Amino acid sequence: MAGYFEPLSGGDGGAAIALDHVEISILRSLATQLIELIGIDHAAEGDPGEVDPLSALFVEGPTEPPSDPALARLFPDAYGEPGRPEDDESTRLSAEFRRFTESDLRTRKREDLLALVRSLDSIASEAKAAGESGAVLTLKAEEARQWLGALNDLRLAIGTRLDVRDDEGSERLFELPESDPKKPLVMAFFWLGGLQESLVETLMP
Amino acid sequence: MDRVSAMPVEIERTESDEARAVDPVPDVPWITIVHNDPVNLMSYVTYVFQSYFGYSKEKAKKLMLDVHHKGRAVVSRGSREEMERDVQAMHGYGLWATLRKER
Repeated sequence: MAGYFEPLSGGDGGAAIALDHVEISILRSLATQLIELIGIDHAAEGDPGEVDPLSALFVEGPTEPPSDPALARLFPDAYGEPGRPEDDESTRLSAEFRRFTESDLRTRKREDLLALVRSLDSIASEAKAAGESGAVLTLKAEEARQWLGALNDLRLAIGTRLDVRDDEGSERLFELPESDPKKPLVMAFFWLGGLQESLVETLMP
Repeated sequence: MDRVSAMPVEIERTESDEARAVDPVPDVPWITIVHNDPVNLMSYVTYVFQSYFGYSKEKAKKLMLDVHHKGRAVVSRGSREEMERDVQAMHGYGLWATLRKER
Protein backbone atom coordinates (compact mmCIF):
# COMPACT_ATOMS: atom_id res chain seq x y z
CA MET A 1 0.00 0.00 0.00
CA ALA A 2 2.31 2.70 -1.19
CA GLY A 3 0.02 4.80 -3.35
CA TYR A 4 -0.45 8.46 -2.51
CA PHE A 5 -2.38 11.28 -4.12
CA GLU A 6 -0.57 13.50 -6.57
CA PRO A 7 -1.82 16.82 -7.94
CA LEU A 8 -3.14 16.83 -11.49
CA SER A 9 -1.10 18.90 -13.88
CA GLY A 10 -2.89 22.11 -14.80
CA GLY A 11 -3.27 23.35 -11.25
CA ASP A 12 -7.07 23.23 -11.13
CA GLY A 13 -7.12 21.37 -7.81
CA GLY A 14 -7.66 17.84 -9.03
CA ALA A 15 -5.72 14.82 -7.80
CA ALA A 16 -4.92 11.27 -8.88
CA ILE A 17 -3.90 8.03 -7.18
CA ALA A 18 -3.21 4.47 -8.27
CA LEU A 19 -5.21 1.96 -6.22
CA ASP A 20 -5.10 -1.82 -6.41
CA HIS A 21 -8.13 -4.03 -5.93
CA VAL A 22 -7.35 -4.73 -2.25
CA GLU A 23 -7.12 -1.00 -1.47
CA ILE A 24 -10.30 -0.32 -3.41
CA SER A 25 -12.12 -3.04 -1.50
CA ILE A 26 -10.89 -1.87 1.95
CA LEU A 27 -11.82 1.75 1.28
CA ARG A 28 -15.20 0.75 -0.09
CA SER A 29 -15.97 -1.47 2.86
CA LEU A 30 -15.01 1.17 5.45
CA ALA A 31 -17.00 3.88 3.66
CA THR A 32 -20.06 1.64 3.33
CA GLN A 33 -19.94 0.83 7.05
CA LEU A 34 -19.79 4.52 7.96
CA ILE A 35 -22.67 5.34 5.60
CA GLU A 36 -24.73 2.69 7.41
CA LEU A 37 -23.68 4.05 10.80
CA ILE A 38 -24.63 7.62 9.87
CA GLY A 39 -27.84 6.09 8.66
CA ILE A 40 -31.14 7.28 7.40
CA ASP A 41 -31.89 10.82 8.46
CA HIS A 42 -35.07 11.59 10.32
CA ALA A 43 -36.67 13.28 7.34
CA ALA A 44 -36.35 10.11 5.27
CA GLU A 45 -37.60 7.66 7.88
CA GLY A 46 -40.68 5.60 7.17
CA ASP A 47 -41.85 4.54 3.74
CA PRO A 48 -39.70 6.45 1.22
CA GLY A 49 -42.60 6.52 -1.22
CA GLU A 50 -44.76 8.36 1.30
CA VAL A 51 -42.39 11.20 2.10
CA ASP A 52 -43.67 14.54 0.92
CA PRO A 53 -40.55 16.51 -0.05
CA LEU A 54 -42.11 19.76 1.12
CA SER A 55 -43.06 18.48 4.55
CA ALA A 56 -39.67 16.73 4.82
CA LEU A 57 -38.14 20.23 4.73
CA PHE A 58 -39.86 21.07 7.99
CA VAL A 59 -39.12 17.87 9.86
CA GLU A 60 -36.93 18.69 12.82
CA GLY A 61 -33.69 16.92 13.56
CA PRO A 62 -32.67 15.21 16.82
CA THR A 63 -32.03 17.11 20.05
CA GLU A 64 -29.95 14.48 21.88
CA PRO A 65 -26.31 13.70 21.04
CA PRO A 66 -25.91 10.31 19.27
CA SER A 67 -25.28 7.44 21.71
CA ASP A 68 -22.62 5.84 19.48
CA PRO A 69 -19.27 7.47 20.42
CA ALA A 70 -18.12 7.65 16.78
CA LEU A 71 -21.31 9.46 15.77
CA ALA A 72 -21.06 11.69 18.84
CA ARG A 73 -17.61 12.73 17.59
CA LEU A 74 -18.93 13.41 14.06
CA PHE A 75 -21.89 15.40 15.44
CA PRO A 76 -20.60 17.13 18.59
CA ASP A 77 -22.38 19.60 20.84
CA ALA A 78 -22.07 23.20 19.69
CA TYR A 79 -22.25 24.71 23.18
CA GLY A 80 -20.49 23.90 26.44
CA GLU A 81 -16.96 23.25 27.65
CA PRO A 82 -15.46 19.92 26.60
CA GLY A 83 -14.45 17.83 29.62
CA ARG A 84 -16.65 19.75 32.02
CA PRO A 85 -20.13 18.76 33.14
CA GLU A 86 -22.77 20.38 30.99
CA ASP A 87 -24.84 23.12 32.52
CA ASP A 88 -28.54 23.27 31.75
CA GLU A 89 -28.20 26.30 29.52
CA SER A 90 -25.57 24.82 27.17
CA THR A 91 -27.49 21.52 27.06
CA ARG A 92 -30.57 23.44 25.97
CA LEU A 93 -28.68 25.51 23.38
CA SER A 94 -26.85 22.44 22.01
CA ALA A 95 -30.17 20.62 21.63
CA GLU A 96 -31.65 23.57 19.77
CA PHE A 97 -28.63 23.83 17.47
CA ARG A 98 -28.67 20.07 16.83
CA ARG A 99 -32.36 20.12 15.96
CA PHE A 100 -31.72 22.53 13.10
CA THR A 101 -28.31 21.34 11.86
CA GLU A 102 -27.70 17.63 12.45
CA SER A 103 -29.90 16.30 9.63
CA ASP A 104 -28.14 18.52 7.07
CA LEU A 105 -24.77 17.55 8.45
CA ARG A 106 -25.63 13.84 8.22
CA THR A 107 -26.79 14.30 4.64
CA ARG A 108 -23.60 16.07 3.65
CA LYS A 109 -21.35 13.46 5.25
CA ARG A 110 -23.30 10.65 3.62
CA GLU A 111 -23.04 12.35 0.23
CA ASP A 112 -19.25 12.73 0.55
CA LEU A 113 -18.92 9.04 1.45
CA LEU A 114 -21.26 8.03 -1.38
CA ALA A 115 -19.16 10.04 -3.84
CA LEU A 116 -16.13 8.08 -2.63
CA VAL A 117 -17.92 4.74 -3.07
CA ARG A 118 -19.18 5.70 -6.54
CA SER A 119 -15.73 6.69 -7.78
CA LEU A 120 -14.26 3.46 -6.37
CA ASP A 121 -16.95 1.41 -8.14
CA SER A 122 -16.23 3.18 -11.37
CA ILE A 123 -12.47 2.44 -11.31
CA ALA A 124 -13.11 -1.10 -10.08
CA SER A 125 -15.22 -1.86 -13.15
CA GLU A 126 -12.64 -0.14 -15.38
CA ALA A 127 -9.91 -2.33 -13.92
CA LYS A 128 -12.04 -5.42 -14.36
CA ALA A 129 -12.83 -4.60 -18.00
CA ALA A 130 -9.14 -4.04 -18.69
CA GLY A 131 -8.16 -7.23 -16.86
CA GLU A 132 -5.96 -5.22 -14.48
CA SER A 133 -5.67 -5.65 -10.71
CA GLY A 134 -5.95 -1.91 -10.10
CA ALA A 135 -6.55 1.45 -11.74
CA VAL A 136 -5.74 5.12 -11.50
CA LEU A 137 -8.40 7.17 -9.79
CA THR A 138 -8.62 10.74 -11.08
CA LEU A 139 -10.57 13.30 -9.02
CA LYS A 140 -11.75 16.72 -10.14
CA ALA A 141 -11.40 19.57 -7.62
CA GLU A 142 -14.91 19.14 -6.18
CA GLU A 143 -14.53 15.34 -5.97
CA ALA A 144 -11.19 15.81 -4.24
CA ARG A 145 -12.90 17.97 -1.59
CA GLN A 146 -15.55 15.29 -1.07
CA TRP A 147 -12.87 12.63 -0.74
CA LEU A 148 -11.01 14.78 1.76
CA GLY A 149 -14.12 15.14 3.92
CA ALA A 150 -14.93 11.43 3.62
CA LEU A 151 -11.37 10.36 4.52
CA ASN A 152 -11.43 12.67 7.54
CA ASP A 153 -14.79 11.34 8.74
CA LEU A 154 -13.55 7.75 8.31
CA ARG A 155 -10.46 8.53 10.39
CA LEU A 156 -12.55 10.25 13.09
CA ALA A 157 -14.87 7.25 13.31
CA ILE A 158 -12.04 4.68 13.32
CA GLY A 159 -10.02 6.81 15.77
CA THR A 160 -12.97 6.69 18.16
CA ARG A 161 -13.28 2.92 17.74
CA LEU A 162 -9.56 2.60 18.51
CA ASP A 163 -10.02 4.82 21.55
CA VAL A 164 -7.65 7.53 20.34
CA ARG A 165 -8.55 10.23 22.84
CA ASP A 166 -5.25 12.07 23.02
CA ASP A 167 -1.86 12.24 21.32
CA GLU A 168 -0.54 9.47 23.61
CA GLY A 169 -3.43 7.24 22.55
CA SER A 170 -2.40 7.74 18.94
CA GLU A 171 1.21 6.80 19.75
CA ARG A 172 0.13 3.67 21.63
CA LEU A 173 -1.31 2.34 18.37
CA PHE A 174 2.23 1.93 17.02
CA GLU A 175 3.06 -0.42 19.88
CA LEU A 176 0.20 -2.88 19.36
CA PRO A 177 1.50 -6.43 18.81
CA GLU A 178 0.84 -8.05 15.44
CA SER A 179 -1.51 -10.52 17.12
CA ASP A 180 -3.83 -7.81 18.47
CA PRO A 181 -7.31 -8.10 16.93
CA LYS A 182 -7.31 -4.32 16.43
CA LYS A 183 -4.21 -4.47 14.26
CA PRO A 184 -5.98 -4.50 10.85
CA LEU A 185 -8.05 -1.48 11.82
CA VAL A 186 -4.92 0.29 13.10
CA MET A 187 -3.19 -0.38 9.76
CA ALA A 188 -6.23 1.01 7.93
CA PHE A 189 -6.22 4.07 10.22
CA PHE A 190 -2.58 4.89 9.43
CA TRP A 191 -3.04 4.18 5.74
CA LEU A 192 -6.06 6.54 5.57
CA GLY A 193 -3.94 9.16 7.37
CA GLY A 194 -1.30 8.91 4.65
CA LEU A 195 -3.93 9.13 1.91
CA GLN A 196 -5.52 12.18 3.53
CA GLU A 197 -2.18 13.89 4.13
CA SER A 198 -1.20 13.49 0.47
CA LEU A 199 -4.63 14.69 -0.69
CA VAL A 200 -4.49 17.81 1.54
CA GLU A 201 -1.13 18.69 0.02
CA THR A 202 -2.63 18.68 -3.47
CA LEU A 203 -5.44 21.00 -2.32
CA MET A 204 -3.44 23.56 -0.31
CA PRO A 205 -4.52 27.01 -1.53
CA MET B 1 -35.81 73.85 -4.79
CA ASP B 2 -33.56 70.85 -5.15
CA ARG B 3 -30.87 72.35 -3.00
CA VAL B 4 -33.31 73.26 -0.26
CA SER B 5 -34.92 69.83 -0.07
CA ALA B 6 -31.54 68.10 -0.11
CA MET B 7 -30.32 69.85 3.02
CA PRO B 8 -32.33 68.04 5.72
CA VAL B 9 -31.38 64.68 4.24
CA GLU B 10 -27.75 65.47 4.63
CA ILE B 11 -28.21 66.69 8.20
CA GLU B 12 -30.07 63.53 9.15
CA ARG B 13 -27.32 61.31 7.81
CA THR B 14 -24.69 63.22 9.78
CA GLU B 15 -26.67 62.78 12.98
CA SER B 16 -27.11 59.03 12.56
CA ASP B 17 -23.40 58.64 11.78
CA GLU B 18 -22.58 60.37 15.04
CA ALA B 19 -25.07 58.20 16.91
CA ARG B 20 -23.37 55.06 15.57
CA ALA B 21 -19.89 56.34 16.37
CA VAL B 22 -20.64 56.90 20.07
CA ASP B 23 -22.44 53.55 20.57
CA PRO B 24 -20.18 51.88 23.17
CA VAL B 25 -21.59 48.33 22.84
CA PRO B 26 -20.57 46.60 19.61
CA ASP B 27 -22.99 43.91 18.49
CA VAL B 28 -20.34 41.18 18.14
CA PRO B 29 -19.83 39.44 21.48
CA TRP B 30 -19.64 35.79 20.29
CA ILE B 31 -16.66 33.57 19.43
CA THR B 32 -16.05 30.25 17.67
CA ILE B 33 -13.55 27.98 19.45
CA VAL B 34 -11.84 24.99 17.81
CA HIS B 35 -10.69 22.30 20.26
CA ASN B 36 -7.71 19.98 20.00
CA ASP B 37 -8.30 16.53 18.60
CA PRO B 38 -5.72 13.74 18.32
CA VAL B 39 -7.09 12.47 14.99
CA ASN B 40 -7.35 15.54 12.77
CA LEU B 41 -4.16 16.12 10.79
CA MET B 42 -2.32 19.39 11.38
CA SER B 43 -2.14 20.00 7.63
CA TYR B 44 -5.89 19.39 7.30
CA VAL B 45 -6.77 21.80 10.11
CA THR B 46 -4.58 24.47 8.48
CA TYR B 47 -6.27 23.76 5.14
CA VAL B 48 -9.73 24.20 6.71
CA PHE B 49 -8.79 27.55 8.30
CA GLN B 50 -7.41 28.76 4.98
CA SER B 51 -10.19 27.58 2.74
CA TYR B 52 -13.23 28.27 4.96
CA PHE B 53 -12.17 31.52 6.68
CA GLY B 54 -9.89 32.70 3.87
CA TYR B 55 -7.04 33.21 6.35
CA SER B 56 -3.46 33.51 5.12
CA LYS B 57 -1.27 30.44 5.40
CA GLU B 58 0.64 32.08 8.28
CA LYS B 59 -2.51 32.92 10.27
CA ALA B 60 -4.08 29.53 9.60
CA LYS B 61 -0.92 27.75 10.72
CA LYS B 62 -0.63 29.87 13.88
CA LEU B 63 -4.24 29.08 14.82
CA MET B 64 -3.68 25.38 14.11
CA LEU B 65 -0.59 25.38 16.37
CA ASP B 66 -2.57 27.17 19.11
CA VAL B 67 -5.22 24.44 18.89
CA HIS B 68 -2.53 21.77 19.02
CA HIS B 69 -0.41 23.18 21.86
CA LYS B 70 -2.93 25.14 23.95
CA GLY B 71 -5.83 22.76 23.35
CA ARG B 72 -8.01 25.40 21.72
CA ALA B 73 -8.06 28.58 19.67
CA VAL B 74 -10.58 31.30 18.93
CA VAL B 75 -10.95 31.13 15.17
CA SER B 76 -13.65 33.73 14.53
CA ARG B 77 -15.65 36.52 16.21
CA GLY B 78 -19.03 37.92 15.27
CA SER B 79 -22.74 37.79 15.90
CA ARG B 80 -24.24 34.67 17.40
CA GLU B 81 -25.83 33.76 14.06
CA GLU B 82 -22.47 34.07 12.28
CA MET B 83 -20.75 31.94 14.93
CA GLU B 84 -23.43 29.24 14.68
CA ARG B 85 -22.80 29.19 10.94
CA ASP B 86 -19.03 28.85 11.51
CA VAL B 87 -19.49 26.08 14.09
CA GLN B 88 -21.78 24.19 11.74
CA ALA B 89 -19.19 24.53 8.97
CA MET B 90 -16.41 23.32 11.30
CA HIS B 91 -18.51 20.28 12.24
CA GLY B 92 -19.00 19.69 8.51
CA TYR B 93 -15.21 19.57 8.11
CA GLY B 94 -14.97 17.26 11.13
CA LEU B 95 -13.33 19.81 13.42
CA TRP B 96 -14.44 19.94 17.02
CA ALA B 97 -15.87 23.43 17.52
CA THR B 98 -18.11 25.25 19.99
CA LEU B 99 -19.37 28.80 20.30
CA ARG B 100 -19.91 31.02 23.29
CA LYS B 101 -20.27 34.60 24.34
CA GLU B 102 -16.92 36.34 24.55
CA ARG B 103 -16.15 37.03 28.20
